[in-house]
Amino acid sequence: MGNKILMKGNEALAEAAIRAGCRHFFGYPITPQTEVSAYMAKKMPKIGGTFLQAESEVSAINMVYGAGGAGVRVMTSSSSPGISLKQEGISYIAGADVPCVIVNIVRGGPGLGGIQPAQSDYFQATKGGGHGDYHLVVLAPSSIQEMVDLTSDAFDIGDKYRCPVMIMGDGMLGQMMEPVEFKDTDAESLPEKEWATSGTGMKRKKNIINSLFIEASELEDLVLERQKRYDAIIANEVRYEAIDTEEADIVLVAYGTTARIAKTAMAKAKEKGYKVGIIRPITLWPFPFEAFEKALSKNTNKTFLAVEMSMGQMVEDVRLAVNGRADVQFFGRTGGVVPTPNEILAKIEEIGGAK
Amino acid sequence: MKRLNIITGHYGSGKTEFAINYALCLKQRFGKAVICDMDIVNPYFRTNDANALLTASGVKVIAPEYAGTNLDLPSLPCDVYSVFADKTAPAVLDVGGDEEGAVALGQYYPYIKNEDYEMFLVINAKRPDTSDADSIVKLAHEIQQSSRCRITALVNNTNLSYLSSPCDFDGTFELMEEVSKRLSVPLKYISGTAESLAGLKSEYDSIKFPLKLFMQLPFDALA
Repeated sequence: MGNKILMKGNEALAEAAIRAGCRHFFGYPITPQTEVSAYMAKKMPKIGGTFLQAESEVSAINMVYGAGGAGVRVMTSSSSPGISLKQEGISYIAGADVPCVIVNIVRGGPGLGGIQPAQSDYFQATKGGGHGDYHLVVLAPSSIQEMVDLTSDAFDIGDKYRCPVMIMGDGMLGQMMEPVEFKDTDAESLPEKEWATSGTGMKRKKNIINSLFIEASELEDLVLERQKRYDAIIANEVRYEAIDTEEADIVLVAYGTTARIAKTAMAKAKEKGYKVGIIRPITLWPFPFEAFEKALSKNTNKTFLAVEMSMGQMVEDVRLAVNGRADVQFFGRTGGVVPTPNEILAKIEEIGGAK
Repeated sequence: MKRLNIITGHYGSGKTEFAINYALCLKQRFGKAVICDMDIVNPYFRTNDANALLTASGVKVIAPEYAGTNLDLPSLPCDVYSVFADKTAPAVLDVGGDEEGAVALGQYYPYIKNEDYEMFLVINAKRPDTSDADSIVKLAHEIQQSSRCRITALVNNTNLSYLSSPCDFDGTFELMEEVSKRLSVPLKYISGTAESLAGLKSEYDSIKFPLKLFMQLPFDALA
């Protein structure tokens, strides 16, 4: 308990990035993630880092592209409308195999939407918000401590596979305070960035960071090579939490803030005699299909209930995972409305029947 | 307890919980009370979130018209002036965090200065930016500068949210003593949940201020 301090999600995430070696941050303020920028603005000058408030999100993501191409650990953060603006740059970054971390503290949408928490950017994050054959690794913390831990992992994953990584939180996670601890972890030994445009020192040929390849066969080769790295990510980096899924009649599927609300509902439902479990995806891409195999390993006579702060954007992935073997249902609130434990409990009771 | 009570501090210090409890305490003691949500910085976790409960308890709430809605508008309602006009009503001004939040207070300085007001600096030593005397004193000066009002009392509100325990206060009394000396401002209260305060030495009994918590997270069982 001794080293615990109380931090707001956005601040904790920024501090975690700095501790992970991020010395370059480019952003543009937007509620409810502005504290990430504010924290970076205060801290970066003190540690010899660079904080730059760009003139727009479009500029910020292109600055990230440049800095990441030079091999430094770099991050940007925004909230939903700002992340939409960044999509072109994200596609370029993916196409040029540049590692970086992009934070989306999601608010209600579409359009300018609202400033309250939401999860309605799931499609955008996991199905490619920009153009082309690419993926973002998408990490979804559900506590401030996990935000801290995943931020460090996000930089490692990006460097290891040369890809952009997104941390997707929601307004609640960004704004709420929880006790956190920053652990001293040994950095994973990562490959040298021999590809970076960090100066030849007159000792090697120049490196080029680029996403334009006119020759179709050359572009195809690059896409295929990148796909192999995506396959490795799918094999190595899937993360999830699963509780009591094999015995359950009803398996909740929820991530982020919603997973915590769902867990409260699960505890209440168990008290009433319902057999409920939960799958909490931590990687939204790659989606944790294996968690569903385990849940279905003993019997398939169960219902999977996706709970989201959206109109059910994760339901498609849940259906793919279940692949017709069990019932899939959905409960959600949207537009910035946060579901309550009792609302989820009512849905569990509706599915499970009277006890 | 004075009539006009201004609550300031670093954001995340627990100002709002303290302010709500203080307003309820004023109401109990004087039969009426008013609380102003003056936070123009942060749209989440604010006094206005407890509006229904406060109103039901007989505490009048004055809040930005759009507080808690999607309209992120940094403006305060003209009702705030009623606090200075009606000197019979005990009042709590819940000011936004840091010097940025305190800017909103500055415009009322001509009214505040004529009164024998109390201005609390709420301190949570478990917040990384207010965990040592230098940073607390610096924050105090910044808040005073941007609000033009003087801090008159300190509140030791050290806590770790739902993991709070009496040992959170370990070492904070020496810290408060140093801050108190450097700012020439007394420590007026030690606040926290009844459980957190239970472990403190009896010498602090007279300044303990137990808090009932009102800001809920959506996964709290009662939400």
